[in-house]
Amino acid sequence: MRHLIRYVFEPGFFGSGPVHVALAVGTVIAVTSAVVGVFTVTRGQSFAGHSLADIATTGGSGAFLIGVNQFWGYLAFGAGAAAFMEMIGIQRRRGRDVTTGVVLGAALGLAALFLYLGTQYSSTTGASFTILFGSMFVLTSSTIPALVGSALLALATVVVLARVLLLSSLSPDIAAARGVPVRAVGAAYLMALAVSVALSAVIIGAVLSTALLIGPAATALRVAKGPVRAMLTAACIGVVATWLGIVLAYDSFYWPPAGRGWPVSFFVVTLIAGCYLVSYLRPRRENSEAPAETPDAGQVCSPA
Amino acid sequence: MFSGLMLNTWVAATAVAVIAGVTGFFAVLRGSTFAAHAIPNGAFAGAAGASLLGLNPFAGLAVFSVAGALGIAGLSRRARHDVATALTFVMMLAIGALFVSWSTEYAQEAYSLLFGEVFGVSAGEVLPIVVLGGVSIVAIIVMFRPLMLSSAMPEVAEARGVSPRRMDLAFLLVMALATSMTVPVVGALLMFSLMIGPAAAARSLTARPVLAMVLSVVIALITVWTGIAVSYQSNWPLGFFVGALGAVFFLISRAYAALARRRARTPGPAA
Repeated sequence: MRHLIRYVFEPGFFGSGPVHVALAVGTVIAVTSAVVGVFTVTRGQSFAGHSLADIATTGGSGAFLIGVNQFWGYLAFGAGAAAFMEMIGIQRRRGRDVTTGVVLGAALGLAALFLYLGTQYSSTTGASFTILFGSMFVLTSSTIPALVGSALLALATVVVLARVLLLSSLSPDIAAARGVPVRAVGAAYLMALAVSVALSAVIIGAVLSTALLIGPAATALRVAKGPVRAMLTAACIGVVATWLGIVLAYDSFYWPPAGRGWPVSFFVVTLIAGCYLVSYLRPRRENSEAPAETPDAGQVCSPA
Repeated sequence: MFSGLMLNTWVAATAVAVIAGVTGFFAVLRGSTFAAHAIPNGAFAGAAGASLLGLNPFAGLAVFSVAGALGIAGLSRRARHDVATALTFVMMLAIGALFVSWSTEYAQEAYSLLFGEVFGVSAGEVLPIVVLGGVSIVAIIVMFRPLMLSSAMPEVAEARGVSPRRMDLAFLLVMALATSMTVPVVGALLMFSLMIGPAAAARSLTARPVLAMVLSVVIALITVWTGIAVSYQSNWPLGFFVGALGAVFFLISRAYAALARRRARTPGPAA
């Protein structure tokens, strides 16, 4: 048994400071993303969720350029883009993707400019790579309280608004008839989405941030009955995938071919996509009593 | 600015603008903006894989963009389109991250695939762009009517025997084809901006499909040409100007459309 544990967790795994931080922050982000994601998927705003992550990273490089703490750049650009999308029409189903696309296009242009102007980057290549993929092992402990605080704020907003948000997502007309300020609720939700996505993009990159936002929620909405169970299931899937991903990335340090460790994002995304495929290919049962448990590691890890 | 080397840039950029204008028009009309973002960006993983195996990056881009189109169309059968796109996209990028982590030299190319190297186009690269661009435009012209019908009125199209699923797959494949040859030149980010901004602007200016498509191509051409000229003078990246101009055109045309609506609503001498 001890041998097995030693085999799964490379020696030093639990003693490593960066691993502790990555596990703790990863858990907070996974839970927040999963719960917020349930509404993102219900409202059909996956593209907005992904775009906000990309846009936030643009803000990060902009803040770096003018010498402000990058954290504020992420937040400012995420929130600003959310406000702008809300203003020019994300609430209408037809125009939503187009609006998101135009805002994203403009922000990516700005990103190109910031990267070009940012001579303080040791190389533009590294910067563009970090924008896409982030890096979980470079967290510093000084920014963690702010990160965790903002994530919890976004989570609390969504949980408090959950009832009205669900109603106005599923049926805006009924919600409006009952006196729910549909547009204000939508705007508040978009702001919470922007904050949570911006924060996760800082740490884990835009790719993984989108994966954690959409994957667990989409899986949960397939297997779980009811919004509360869906949120719980999504949070479980997100946390398990993040932990397993970190463990595997740590283990992979001596794996072929390069001997430098495989990226965390690869493992986490593969686990999440595997979960989704399992739920996608599984025939739907009419009377599933309990929300299906998160698929176990062996099931997920086997190549689908 | 119009010297021998720059001539390739102008020709390639013009071809790319025409392709982006045409495919972008349908992407905006069908609401597959997310796919227009996901396929070029995800195809980046293919180029990374190709360079790892020592193959031509074109091949990797083509394989991965087609795989992306198939993945999106396949998953959309029983799931929402945006969720299917998001998951296909993150999976492709995650594989790209793995390839990059394995390779030692690839990092240099990553930047140019994302942001493009439009000022370094060689004569040998221009021909495949023009040929493949021609192929994808011919494909769109051939299926113009059913594509238009299934984009604007899916129910009517289905009643007439046009399968929306097959149309979606066909359109995504054309987009993948257009993507695989433009990404090495203009970059994934620029290709996306160029598809969405002009087409969205054109669509808010007119409701007539053919006119909107022509307008979309014209705006894309103006955007790219202005962008190249200004970028050549200022040395700032082309992607910035294309993204900014696309957003400016969109905002102007939205303001124009809003004005036109208001004028239509309040007839009389005051208006």
